Amino acid sequence: MAEPVLETQHLTMRFGGVVAVDNVTFTLRRGELRCLIGPNGAGKSTFFKCLTGLLTPSEGHVLMQGEETTGWPPHRVAALGVGIKTQVPNVMDGLSVQENIWLAARRFVPSAQAAAKTREVIDRLALGPIARTELGRLAHGERQQVELGFVAASDPWLVLLDEPAAGMTAGEVARMTEVIHELNRTAAVVIVEHDMQFIRSIASTVTVFHQGAILIEDDVETVMSDPHVRNIYLGKKA
Amino acid sequence: MQGTAGKDVIVTVLVAAVLIWALPLMVGTYTLTVLAIYAMLGLSLGLIWGFGGILCFGQAAFFGLGAYTYAIAAINTGESTLPMILAVIVPCVFAALLGAMMFYGRLGDVYLGVITLVVTLILFKFISSTAGPQYTIGTARLGGYNGIPGFPTLNVPGRPDLFIWGDALYYLCAVALLLVYLGVTWFLRSSFGRIAVGIRENETRMSLIGYDVRARKTVLFAIGAAIAGLAGALFANWGAIVTPGLFSLSQSAEIIIWCIVGGLGTRFGPLLGAAGLGYLKFLLGQQSMINNTMLMGLILVLFVLFLPRGVVPAAISVWRASIGRPRRAGRAGALRRNRRRGRTDG
Repeated sequence: MAEPVLETQHLTMRFGGVVAVDNVTFTLRRGELRCLIGPNGAGKSTFFKCLTGLLTPSEGHVLMQGEETTGWPPHRVAALGVGIKTQVPNVMDGLSVQENIWLAARRFVPSAQAAAKTREVIDRLALGPIARTELGRLAHGERQQVELGFVAASDPWLVLLDEPAAGMTAGEVARMTEVIHELNRTAAVVIVEHDMQFIRSIASTVTVFHQGAILIEDDVETVMSDPHVRNIYLGKKA
Repeated sequence: MQGTAGKDVIVTVLVAAVLIWALPLMVGTYTLTVLAIYAMLGLSLGLIWGFGGILCFGQAAFFGLGAYTYAIAAINTGESTLPMILAVIVPCVFAALLGAMMFYGRLGDVYLGVITLVVTLILFKFISSTAGPQYTIGTARLGGYNGIPGFPTLNVPGRPDLFIWGDALYYLCAVALLLVYLGVTWFLRSSFGRIAVGIRENETRMSLIGYDVRARKTVLFAIGAAIAGLAGALFANWGAIVTPGLFSLSQSAEIIIWCIVGGLGTRFGPLLGAAGLGYLKFLLGQQSMINNTMLMGLILVLFVLFLPRGVVPAAISVWRASIGRPRRAGRAGALRRNRRRGRTDG
């Protein structure tokens, strides 16, 4: 069995009296691709933010490649070689696609290599026709792809994606799936997602969140046929 | 890229050389000197606000610190070389400490504005209350409201008896402005400058990419303060006196107005705004019909309402729309979510 690259131990996140993430112990191993699913308010995104450093957990630990990263600011987490894509496209609107991706590439390689890396990522994501266009002028799906470009440009060993397929066309989702599989060759991947079709197409193992805790963790077909999961997802008795 | 940069430097130097030579034919060098100093001060805020997204309401604090540091050091050393160096270093270090406190403290933009403004006012109050003989640094008396007069002005390095004044001071200030402008251009082309622009656009994203936003903003803030400090030292030499008015609220507000009118996100805009409005202030100072401050306020209101991006970005847009290349639209049609905040390449 491959070694764990991401672990949480008894991770808890409280907002006042509300427990958004409740004592979650989670392990992701090298080369794994895991989807986190669950209904709205299940705690997936809060859990995701605790991993990325956007939130500091109230209790528990986060370990990346065995190193304690609990409470680290996002830049330190990212600097470890973690590629992060947030739920809402989080890009530099006033800069071109090329400049955006260059900024991600430059973080990990010297200036001269960053330009070559930028071209490589632009080709890989087929962003050539819009390379010089400002992000503020692009459609939602294109912006999502650029954000995936940030991840690709950093050559990560761990990729954390929050709803990467949201608001994308079928063609864009297909390309996104391809890129994620490509990233998964060298990196473990965690995807927070709602789109069940996308999850079926991409994941083998799924972790279901419910009321801030892990409800079930199994292969995608087993999870989808689980009566409890169907109940909480569809809101009816299976 | 390097070829374009080289061409830009040559064009900038040539245009600057022509302006430095031609402007004294129209305006006195005494006025031009202070305009060049204002332009440098405007550029200092234009750099940190327009390219780093740091709205500092207290750029006058660094300007005043530079001026006072120069005056105090010049009285103590009897020459100008070391004081000029200190006038850059002291505001830079002060800004680095203040910036670290603000940026590592994760203060929002509004609180940052409030703190920088308050720091300026504290300095103003403090310096104003130093009239007593006990307020001395070395042999320099701070002088309270009366300020510090009679300090040695600029001399040729190593020659304390050979002063730089009059036309020579104008040429020195103009060349210093050109060098600062070229330095800012180089900085913005460097990785650090491009990353600073990225931080202006989206701090959270830059942090998620792996950049320590706090450290980079602190460094940028300190660089802006160093430029303002240099402008302050030159201003002290131009006026041959420093007073608490350098730290005043109106001085701080004026710098912001220069940047808004000239155009944020450009190198030339704040410079033009500072020199243009500085000259207007000079002209208005020769009459008593119109209140200077009121006119400045009116200009700001008019620009905010009708030309919010400022003169230079507006001129660039008009040029691009008429004879220049139009910007390329997005593949899926131009879905303009967020208007860019006036960034151009001017």
